Amino acid sequence: MQKQAKFGIGAVVIVVAMGVLAWLGYGESKTYYHTIAELPALQGAARTHRIRVGGTVEPGSIRRSTGRVDFVLLGEGKSLPVSYVGSDPLPDTFVDKSQALVEGSLAQNGSFVAEQVQAKCASKYEAAPGADPKTGAAADAAKDSSQRSTM
Amino acid sequence: MDVFGSFALLLAFVCAAYALVGGIVAIRTRHALLVKSARQAGIATCALIFLATFSLVYLFFSDSYWVAYVVTQSNRSLPTFYKIAALWSGQAGSLLFWSFLLSIYVFSVLLTYRNKNGELMPYVGVVMAGVQIFFLTLNNFVASPFKVLAAPGANGALDIFTRADGNGLNPLLQYPEMVIHPPNLYSGYTGFTIPFAFALGALLARYPGEKWIHLTRRWTMIAWCFQTVGILLGAHWAYAVLGWGGYWGWDPVENASLLPWLTGTAFLHSVMMQEKRGMMKVWNVWLVFVTFMLCILGTMLTRSGVVSSVHAFAQSSIGNWFLGFLILILVVCLAAYAKNRDYLKSENQLDSMISRESSFLFNNLILLVSCVAVLSGTLFPVFSEWLSGSRISVGKPFFDKVNIPLGLILLFLTGVGPLLAWRKTSTDSLKRNFGWPLVTGLMTGAIFFALGLREFYSLLCLILCVFVASTIGMEFFRGAKVIRARSGASLMTSAVDLTMRNTRRYGGYIVHMGMVLIFVGLSGAAFNKDVQKEMRPGSVAKIGRYDLLLQSVDSKPEPNYTSERLIVEVTKNSKPLMMLYPERRFFPANQESGTMVAIYSTLREDLYVVYAGRSPDNNEVPVVHAYLNPLVKWIWLGGVVVVLGTIVTLLPNRRAVLALSGAQQPAVAPSLSPSLQPQVTLREGHD
Repeated sequence: MQKQAKFGIGAVVIVVAMGVLAWLGYGESKTYYHTIAELPALQGAARTHRIRVGGTVEPGSIRRSTGRVDFVLLGEGKSLPVSYVGSDPLPDTFVDKSQALVEGSLAQNGSFVAEQVQAKCASKYEAAPGADPKTGAAADAAKDSSQRSTM
Repeated sequence: MDVFGSFALLLAFVCAAYALVGGIVAIRTRHALLVKSARQAGIATCALIFLATFSLVYLFFSDSYWVAYVVTQSNRSLPTFYKIAALWSGQAGSLLFWSFLLSIYVFSVLLTYRNKNGELMPYVGVVMAGVQIFFLTLNNFVASPFKVLAAPGANGALDIFTRADGNGLNPLLQYPEMVIHPPNLYSGYTGFTIPFAFALGALLARYPGEKWIHLTRRWTMIAWCFQTVGILLGAHWAYAVLGWGGYWGWDPVENASLLPWLTGTAFLHSVMMQEKRGMMKVWNVWLVFVTFMLCILGTMLTRSGVVSSVHAFAQSSIGNWFLGFLILILVVCLAAYAKNRDYLKSENQLDSMISRESSFLFNNLILLVSCVAVLSGTLFPVFSEWLSGSRISVGKPFFDKVNIPLGLILLFLTGVGPLLAWRKTSTDSLKRNFGWPLVTGLMTGAIFFALGLREFYSLLCLILCVFVASTIGMEFFRGAKVIRARSGASLMTSAVDLTMRNTRRYGGYIVHMGMVLIFVGLSGAAFNKDVQKEMRPGSVAKIGRYDLLLQSVDSKPEPNYTSERLIVEVTKNSKPLMMLYPERRFFPANQESGTMVAIYSTLREDLYVVYAGRSPDNNEVPVVHAYLNPLVKWIWLGGVVVVLGTIVTLLPNRRAVLALSGAQQPAVAPSLSPSLQPQVTLREGHD
């Protein structure tokens, strides 16, 4: 029985130590998800959190300049001006009308300072099958066609 | 072909349903013919899924742009190589591919054991059919890859129409690794179905003894190996294609692939306790159950977008199906456990803290804690929304803080565990086994400390790596010495001979050695550097010992894309070294661009150069982002060693008797070709 107790103590020490580390890491990296519409309503401490917001990149809004990229995210009928200041190059999938997730914090003037930008890509990316991406009329083409299973 | 494929899938669904229901009835009635017909329905299911998959491949090869899935994933100028990869590049296809790989396993299992283990196999068949039915439901009714394009015609009915060309494959996926990474990872995910089916089957059948473990050991090793390779290939893809200079970002989909690996690794170790000492039976069964559930969860996270990630963004209804399936598995497992709990009674108890058993216990504890940490970190947004209403995610610091120390403890156990005796280890043997390795490790640590290495975790990792490598080296050396004394062959030959006599033990050591190499590689990340610079032809960027001179920029059209590349001359310590060609590719089919990183890789460090685009406000000057990542190559080397080690563990042991007879004529055979030897002296292993 004593052997089991010793093992138990070892186990508890490890689990507790990891719990403490996990708590520290949590404090350092926790990020709040918000929608664009929620941002203006945030009060007090909530404005200083690290925040993650998703939206669609407004066509023609991307302005690249040295050390930063400005663009506008659209979502739920609202818009949010974003300045990306991170050092990594933006992903290749980041273009007009792409879906983007930005992580960073709110600036005083209500705009958003992003340190990370992700844009929709890879295994989940599926354009509407009837659409022709070369023309801007993608959405219209998708509306006209519908899918039918052969079964 | 699309009609053929969807019909084959539908028929496969029917056969799988028969295999399940017929199997259950067969178990109840013990009717021999029914058992046989259920098994054959299982085999037919697999064959039909093969046919469906091949017909989808055919649709890709024949550029059938009336099939929606082909349109979204392929185009005419896509190279053949990538048309295969297009098969699993989207939702519907990758789910069919899951069914396909699972069928390969199920097919092999049903054929291998068709005349053996008659008491157990009907149960195993039923479980496997259950899993197949779930995926076939998705393939048939939720995400069929055989949907065709149709539009309302003149008379109001739907007419099938054909597009001239497809949208093309996502450029990020047009990379050789993307052709082999998903099959590996998926083979890992699907492969754990087999040990799961055997464990659940054995529990339901109250199948006596540890035989299900012997039966599944190889299958588990194969699945584990695929999973390991899949994870490493994914990391290498992220490193070589995404152009951010790293290989692991704690992205939900990466985490999803790591979770079953962690519990699967724990399982591979803890089953040894059951085999040797009859302990941990309940634990082992639940480890397999959990591993399988994590495989399903991993597939769900990748496919459903429950947690946003690079791979999965938008919401998709398919998540609910997976959630339902997970709950069903859990209920079945709990019910089976509750009913036959007494069957899993442990035969022995822990004898000593310093024993093989306790090192396995700690190994399992560490892997499980790591798994829980990664799982909770990954699903944190979901949980926090339930609990507090606000969606909160955690990032790299959280995962690093927990997993780095856990990894190092695990590394320590890797060195210590295998050399501890079962039950209890004497102080004497501790000194004998660990004295020198410990001294070597500490001395190396001291030397590097004197050279200026101050990063705590990296130093500790280095010491542990040397320590573990020495214990493994000593094991081979000692064993080989004994054989050499008897046979007179060279030390190297004796070491090979030693390995072949106990493939499981020495193959395990080789796998451990591979893990050591991987840890060496991971420890380098603490010293990564990077520099970003706008460069005109003729300008120079400096990083570490390297100077990068941009000579010129050129551009050339390829069939499927146009490329623009930088011609960069690299000099090291002012001596010309080589040319690098970082590249940007533009794919007209889907109006997307891709980055091709140029990497100069040595054992010491990787020089990693990205063409990051053109500077927007400075006359379109190219921007170069260069990284210097120490030791990364060791990770990929470690992966190769892990695979070799796993292959060794899969080989049957060479018979000791034959090795002895070889000893009488030492001059001839054994020294030549180690790869040919096992064929001469094969012996079936446990099964």
